[in-house]
Amino acid sequence: MSGQSLSRRHFLKTSGMVGGGIVVAVALPGCAFNGPHPIEVTDAGFIPNAFLQIAPDNKITFYCPSDEMGQGIRTGLATIIGEELDVDPANMLVQAAGSHEDYNNPEFRVQGTGGSNAVRVFYQPLRQVGADTRALLLNAAALDLGIPSEQLLTDDGFIVAGDRRYPYGDFVDTASSLEMPVATSLKAPSNFQYIGADAPRVDALAKATGTASFGIDTDLPGMVYAVVVRPPVAGSKALKFDDSAARIAPGVLDIVAVSSGIAVVAERYWQAHQAAKKLTVDWEKRPLSSVTSTQVRQDLSAALEANDDTESSHVGDPEKAFAEADRILETDYYAPFLAHAPMEPLNATLRITENGADLWTGVQFVGAAQGVLERLTGLPRGDIKIHNQFLGGGFGRRATLSHIVEVAEIAMSIDKPVQLLWSREDDLRHGFYRPAAMMKIKAAADNEGRITAWQARRSGANITAQTMKNALPGVLPSLPTGLLNGLVGAMDYVFDNWAVDASSVEGLHETYSLPSYRVSHASVDHGLPTTFWRSVGHSYTSFAVESMMDELAEARQIDPVALRLKNLEDKPRMKNVVAQAGRLMAAMTVPENHHLGFAAHSSFGTDVAQIAQVSVTDGNIRVHKVTCVVDCGLAVNPDIVRAQLEGAVMFALTATLYGQIDLDDGAVVQSNFHNYPILRMNESPAVDVVIINSQTPPTGIGEPGVPPLAPAVANAVYRATGQRLRDLPLKLA
Amino acid sequence: MITFSLNGDSVSFKGDPNTPLLWVIRDDFKLKGSKFGCGAGLCGACTMHLDGAAIKTCVLPVAAAANKKVTTIEGLGNPEALHPLQAAWVKHNVPQCGYCQSGQIMAAAALIADKPDASSDDIDQAMSGNICRCGCYPRIKAAIASVADNSQSYDATAVEATS
Repeated sequence: MSGQSLSRRHFLKTSGMVGGGIVVAVALPGCAFNGPHPIEVTDAGFIPNAFLQIAPDNKITFYCPSDEMGQGIRTGLATIIGEELDVDPANMLVQAAGSHEDYNNPEFRVQGTGGSNAVRVFYQPLRQVGADTRALLLNAAALDLGIPSEQLLTDDGFIVAGDRRYPYGDFVDTASSLEMPVATSLKAPSNFQYIGADAPRVDALAKATGTASFGIDTDLPGMVYAVVVRPPVAGSKALKFDDSAARIAPGVLDIVAVSSGIAVVAERYWQAHQAAKKLTVDWEKRPLSSVTSTQVRQDLSAALEANDDTESSHVGDPEKAFAEADRILETDYYAPFLAHAPMEPLNATLRITENGADLWTGVQFVGAAQGVLERLTGLPRGDIKIHNQFLGGGFGRRATLSHIVEVAEIAMSIDKPVQLLWSREDDLRHGFYRPAAMMKIKAAADNEGRITAWQARRSGANITAQTMKNALPGVLPSLPTGLLNGLVGAMDYVFDNWAVDASSVEGLHETYSLPSYRVSHASVDHGLPTTFWRSVGHSYTSFAVESMMDELAEARQIDPVALRLKNLEDKPRMKNVVAQAGRLMAAMTVPENHHLGFAAHSSFGTDVAQIAQVSVTDGNIRVHKVTCVVDCGLAVNPDIVRAQLEGAVMFALTATLYGQIDLDDGAVVQSNFHNYPILRMNESPAVDVVIINSQTPPTGIGEPGVPPLAPAVANAVYRATGQRLRDLPLKLA
Repeated sequence: MITFSLNGDSVSFKGDPNTPLLWVIRDDFKLKGSKFGCGAGLCGACTMHLDGAAIKTCVLPVAAAANKKVTTIEGLGNPEALHPLQAAWVKHNVPQCGYCQSGQIMAAAALIADKPDASSDDIDQAMSGNICRCGCYPRIKAAIASVADNSQSYDATAVEATS
């Protein structure tokens, strides 16, 4: 560490800025805003609440509380608030919200984006904010124009009085002196004009012209660049290192030990990247250092053979039902570790001054990023600003804080703004992974296809425990380190011994109405960091469950769709989705060497069925077309719903055909797109999407398209070849 | 010193001639539209035009651009004056996260300049060096096809919602 870092820390401590946080007034959405607020007033704008600014020139800005990582949330939430405010989302300026508790995700209670919940949890609150603000503008216009508000209408940012139109901006002075109406009645869905209509994405133009700003595009005066050399085996510490050659490499400014490795800081990224190759580091050995992928698979199997699971849930008496069954299937399914590989490698740019800290990055948990900076820098929370940019892909990877912690440690040692950038090799080799999963499904169905008993067991690393270990320092920034470590240890103990992490087993029984079932879990953690990966546990449980549904159908000589319908008696929404998809499948005519496979899965409140049209030539699996039927409640922007399904199919097909992170001596083998291939255009199927017309409140859409794809393809491959593939990725013998 | 044309302007670079063109453009000339994705010429996020040909600049030493014409996404078009492909990208609601799209558009622009009537196979062939992790391929392909042949236009509402 440099002397500068000590002096900075000394400054922070002696100036009384360590620990705690300032009290920030909480403004309820829709209430007139009092006290400190997160929005910078521009163009003499009126700020009625944390989400809107209306300028006298009628520029209307929406501050989007959820992070845009491709899922279309800026468009979706702008549509929701715009519907009640009566402003076309295309005519709003939509910006990322700053870091402030007013933007907390109502379900997570921290500012963050994940679990496909943003449209669902903000649907009602943002409509209310829009409706209350519109009512306020109507009241202001009534006063200014001398016309009762009941005689005024609104239309796309204008107050309409007879044949005259007045921009909202004309009334902001008066509006700022009035009390914000509350609980204004909302539109009936039948009166929606923006919600439910196809509309362009608000970010399409910026993203088609290279002008959308991602974290990596941050460029500050005097900024320097950092890369980190990390251990080949996760969590290893440097025993010693020799930086003599790296220090004299061109452009190198400093070399700094950080908790995750050794940081090289240079005038330019390329210089830091080149100099990093000249470091030699001796890393400690850890238990993970001897682990191979083969051993992981064996250990996960052994854990299930040991019959020492922890129960997650059960209904009825499945053991009795199995005893009465005339035919029982019991089968293992396996899914490997996976990397997220977002196109934008992780990066973060941090500037610390005596006035506070400013972070430019792409992160799914702005609140936790702010908290972890509070913990590491000792600055008051109110002096830490997160400038969240467009995320160049998230998929769960950006719900972790590894890049934030690293940049903070580096910036505290270098008295300049620092941009940290991970390489693709860093991303694939030093990440957090979708854990490997072994699943043993035991099932019995009667001769009509009705499932009578179901047992689903999963072994592998817990997803939530590991993710929370990473997030806790940021979520609980004031908790002393000793207590924090105690909490992390307690969490490991709890998940290892008596509680089952819901994310790790989600999807093992929920799609169907099962008269008796038991779901249980055996924790096996080799120490490779794991976290949420698009659709989380569903990404592997659906493969097991939906493969087993086809295996049961074959055992009972029943059509696979008919068997599913038999087991959806209490699930009317999914039953309708499966029935519609089944009709589409029955009507499909395909070339002689093409085969269809079916799967359905409920996740994040949304029901999806998929039909994969597949051919197998010389052992190569080719997916030609995927037809999706989805019920996600009201589709706020149907074209974005379609895009999410299209994208989910591609994302899941990469995992189905190629996705595999291997360990050799504890180190990740894959390093770049040559050995961690991503589906390319010439391999991509056509995708048809049918959206069930629904007026019920919206449910998730970013993730639910992923789970059914792998089993739909596996079921088609079985029809094509007679080979039942129970390991992902799918490889023919 | 290496001199080349950058979007029509003559520019010079005095640093290490082995520096990949991508980093010179991003960090020295401050044009941030071209992206870093893999550093190995495998994903195409860094695609620019070198004398009109699509090229992966994360593995191209800046010395190789000496006395040549470099065009980046900023030189192809801008929000006020869109290249037809950029207009098609907006019309087809192509981008999701958007990170790879500059490279996708530059690869497509080189194809269209070379083969104005590019076929479906031509598009697959020309675009197979560009990865989109969000999986926007059907829309990328439709957008390119709409420019390659204006009679084919992608209809996002072709599959109607049913009840």
